[in-house]
Amino acid sequence: MKKVVEGSVAIAHAVKTIRPDVIAAYPITPQTHIVERLSEYIADGELKSEYVRADSEFSAISILVGASATGARTFTSTSSQGLALMHEVLFNASGMRLPIVMVVANRALSAPLNIWNDQQDSISQRDSGWIQLYAEDIQEAHDLTLQAYKISEDIEVRLPSMVCMDGFILTHAYEPVDLFEDEEVQKFLPPYDPKVYLTTEDPLTFGALATPEYYTEFRYVMQQAMERAKKKIRKVFTEFKEMFNRGEESLISLYKMEDADIAIITLGSLTSTVREAVDRLRDKGIKAGVVKIISYRPFPEEEIRKSLDKVNSFIVFEKDISLGHEGAVFTDVKSVVYHMKDRPSAFGFAVGLGGRDVRESTIEKLIVECIEGRKKEGFYFGDVKRVKEILK
Amino acid sequence: MSALIIEVRIHGRGGQGSVTAAEMLAVAAFKDGMYSQAFPSFGVERRGAPVRAFLRISDRKITLKSQIYEPDYIIVQDPTLIHIDNVGEGLKKDGMAIINSDKSPEDLETDIGGIVRTIDATRLAIEILGRPITNTAMIGAFVGASGLISIDAVKEAIKERFSGEMGEKNARLAEVAFEKIKVA
Repeated sequence: MKKVVEGSVAIAHAVKTIRPDVIAAYPITPQTHIVERLSEYIADGELKSEYVRADSEFSAISILVGASATGARTFTSTSSQGLALMHEVLFNASGMRLPIVMVVANRALSAPLNIWNDQQDSISQRDSGWIQLYAEDIQEAHDLTLQAYKISEDIEVRLPSMVCMDGFILTHAYEPVDLFEDEEVQKFLPPYDPKVYLTTEDPLTFGALATPEYYTEFRYVMQQAMERAKKKIRKVFTEFKEMFNRGEESLISLYKMEDADIAIITLGSLTSTVREAVDRLRDKGIKAGVVKIISYRPFPEEEIRKSLDKVNSFIVFEKDISLGHEGAVFTDVKSVVYHMKDRPSAFGFAVGLGGRDVRESTIEKLIVECIEGRKKEGFYFGDVKRVKEILK
Repeated sequence: MSALIIEVRIHGRGGQGSVTAAEMLAVAAFKDGMYSQAFPSFGVERRGAPVRAFLRISDRKITLKSQIYEPDYIIVQDPTLIHIDNVGEGLKKDGMAIINSDKSPEDLETDIGGIVRTIDATRLAIEILGRPITNTAMIGAFVGASGLISIDAVKEAIKERFSGEMGEKNARLAEVAFEKIKVA
């Protein structure tokens, strides 16, 4: 059923068809319409989930850790400071191997106070052991929400997932979306059948003390699970494409890369803007292409390396910065090309921070500056005014 | 070749339903077989403050995610905004402004470029709805003046958004505004 709906409503609809047992959320800022709509579904009797209004995002994710450990299918969503407040518990969720799914409406972190879009919030949770999938448009965010459950709940993965969608740009926009039907979701996603869960009949301990003798091995098996998740993501994406006739089959998606000399690497809704810029450059005879990262964790090392096999250079555009170094995605992509014989030149830009609109003309201009040798290899702020900090 | 995209910017005040107007137009365009996209200006929402909402319609899938800088059409819900919110900003030379005003375009002192059309949406809304909520009148006037979307699709979209008598009245308001601006 294709309908024009708001991004947040599309996600709420997807979650309704997935039928989580427990939804816990902090209901006010920085929250989205996702959980607002879900609470309406429950109040109207359209969805039978247990809905717990938490007193903070820390509580919301903690409630889901408890619920998930008992074998419940769970959902929450949050944004910016809310995700930051969850930070400690995110590591518990992944360490206890709980397949919680969360949709993150990507927004900037304070200070200064800013409610607008960038991806610093989720990128800053990169090392938490959560799978991170980034959506380019509302349709993809809607679809990834379902795919995330199948990936996370797989016995070979058993890691939580974040579906990251750009705040406002996707959460508050209206677009035609092919919405799930109940029956097709029931067919695609088997009921959650945890092999190990908390029950009074067979008491267990989750997240117990692991001394130095054991801790490393817990981390080691999580890393192995992330590696297996790569295969599982490909499998789930392929199954989804077969059934729904849309989506990708890989952890990345390529656009006009067949004969490209320069690869533009990005993630999230920025990909659409980059595509437009690449089309314009192609019209001018510049052979550019796009590599969209869908799965940021696990990181698609093999896919990216293969996609960069024939290019002379690559440029990463991202909406975050690891202060004191460079963009986190830029660092990751550079690590992938380290072993290549003819290493392509590497450029990276932070753009769209704190909701600054990214225009295709800005992207086009920055790409041209790199191609024409007006920029040295390295990382830059892509769109910044001249400012001077007062130091006295 | 990039697709032909029509871009529309709606000006109003918080509480006047500008975002809802963009949403209903997106729904209506989709009903007419076009691709559409609507989004609000991403700001801090306050009742009464100037707000902007945006609409793109196209015969192909819309991938653009940036804001709208050079609209083909602007819709101004509140005439008091003309002199305070730079409503004509970036309007294409051959673009069109549809303004809620009891004045004729000639009497409306404005430096908005392009074609200016006016409709007394406030009076129509008070007559039909009993209150000065103009968003459905303005979208009716917009499709009347632009011919981009059918009034039937707009009426359907309105009735999906507002149920019962509210929907019927708003659909009628849109149609009246549609007819008025067409003959004007």
